[in-house]
Amino acid sequence: MTQAAPVKPTSTATFRALKCKECGTEYELKATHVCELCFGPLEVVYDYTAIRQQVSRETIAAGPNSIWRYRSFLPVASQQPIDVGTGMTPLVRAHRLARRLGLNKLYIKNDAVNMPTLSFKDRVVSVALTRAQELGFTTVSCASTGNLANSTAAIAAYAGLDCCVFIPADLEAGKVLGTLIYGPTVMAVQGNYDQVNRLCSEVANTHGWGFVNINLRPYYSEGSKTLGYEVAEQLGWQLPDHIVAPLASGSLFTKIYKGFREFVEVGLVDDKLVRFSGAQAEGCSPIAQAYRDGRDFISPVKPSTIAKSIAIGNPADGVYALDVARKTNGHIESVTDAEIIEGIKLLAETEGIFTETAGGTTVAVLKKLVEAGKINPDEATVVYITGNGLKTQEAVQGYIGEPLTIEPKLDSFERALERAQTLERLEWQPVLV
Amino acid sequence: MAVKVLIPTPLQKLTHDQATIECEGATIAELLETLEQNCPGLKARLCDENGQLRRFVNFYVNSEDIRFLDGASTPLQDGDEVSIVPAIAGG
Repeated sequence: MTQAAPVKPTSTATFRALKCKECGTEYELKATHVCELCFGPLEVVYDYTAIRQQVSRETIAAGPNSIWRYRSFLPVASQQPIDVGTGMTPLVRAHRLARRLGLNKLYIKNDAVNMPTLSFKDRVVSVALTRAQELGFTTVSCASTGNLANSTAAIAAYAGLDCCVFIPADLEAGKVLGTLIYGPTVMAVQGNYDQVNRLCSEVANTHGWGFVNINLRPYYSEGSKTLGYEVAEQLGWQLPDHIVAPLASGSLFTKIYKGFREFVEVGLVDDKLVRFSGAQAEGCSPIAQAYRDGRDFISPVKPSTIAKSIAIGNPADGVYALDVARKTNGHIESVTDAEIIEGIKLLAETEGIFTETAGGTTVAVLKKLVEAGKINPDEATVVYITGNGLKTQEAVQGYIGEPLTIEPKLDSFERALERAQTLERLEWQPVLV
Repeated sequence: MAVKVLIPTPLQKLTHDQATIECEGATIAELLETLEQNCPGLKARLCDENGQLRRFVNFYVNSEDIRFLDGASTPLQDGDEVSIVPAIAGG
């Protein structure tokens, strides 16, 4: 048992309980994530009057250059949360991608360069591990498709916490290496993510560990709200018209929505309907299938896609993501693995951003929605790029050409250059066969 | 027809803190009835007012989600392991 006495929330803490999203039963602020009565998910309850008194655009802008500028909206009591520079990633006006797709106001929220481990997961983990320390945990853990393991291991190392992560055994090499380097115990489970997740649910309460996405999930998931706050602040304290984000468990998607609604609630931005569109890989698209079929329940699937980071066949927040897309007049769409690779290349070639398969999925879905007339060219549209391409190199290997190997001689260079230019011309010319 | 049932933490108050119990039942539906006889109150936690399994509870027979099998009608063999797992986790 590694759990010590929990720290009580301080007087500036703005959160006061956990509450079941389904039946409304309230619980103490402990490490627990499901309702004992109906198994519904528990969510943190805030005092928005207190938050309104604590924050203004000015106090936020004067805060740290990280997610902790929004501390009043996050479920931590510490005055000094774990701050490794997570968040405040660039919001880039994507002129060239916009032109290619026929859009006028397109932005990329680039969490491929989030700190310290190059994915949006650093946001949720910074919150979860801060809360884990407050609750007295000395060992932290997670069930991960890769990015979360990277982040949990890295931030645990920084915070001096012991760490044991669980991943599917067939993950990309970069994701495994990018976890091992921080020295945690890594359990590579012979099964898919859903099986890893089930195993962790069974393990969660047996060793006194803080599983960031299981018993700490109500706190952890709140970290994703910062992707909503930052976009609103970076757009000059206003909400966009439309967002497109990847869907795995559905948690990120619903928390961006919650972030926007909270900013409206406390008066930081004007109210406005933001359309929420979600992206899935065809080989693991239980939420997109339910959306297409008009169902309000999710039928689980067995994943088969290169987009491993979002390959969750049994998504915990799937029904809530469906609800958000429907009530905001958005869409949920899926794309094939070939389209995902094209999406990765399109973003790299037009915007200089190398994203992983989840980002390729999101860009490909953006393209598909534009082509279907489902995004108005004048809508201010934000695409969330949540991870970095250097971690999933296998996905594009063989689709991006090879370097031209030359001798260290001028004529060798000239010949190679001519060959390259000829090849490029041929690629651009229609060839009759 | 004894099967081993893994009980999730939120329900262990009803099983006197037992994490696993042995139980009888030829199908998941029958198992629910015998669980209720052994541990009164358990069924109401797992099923809604209409007797349907709640949407945030997952059942597995020997590690396979019963939604890939026959749902509540999934047959059980002697020695099977049934896991009851909260659906909310991960991501």
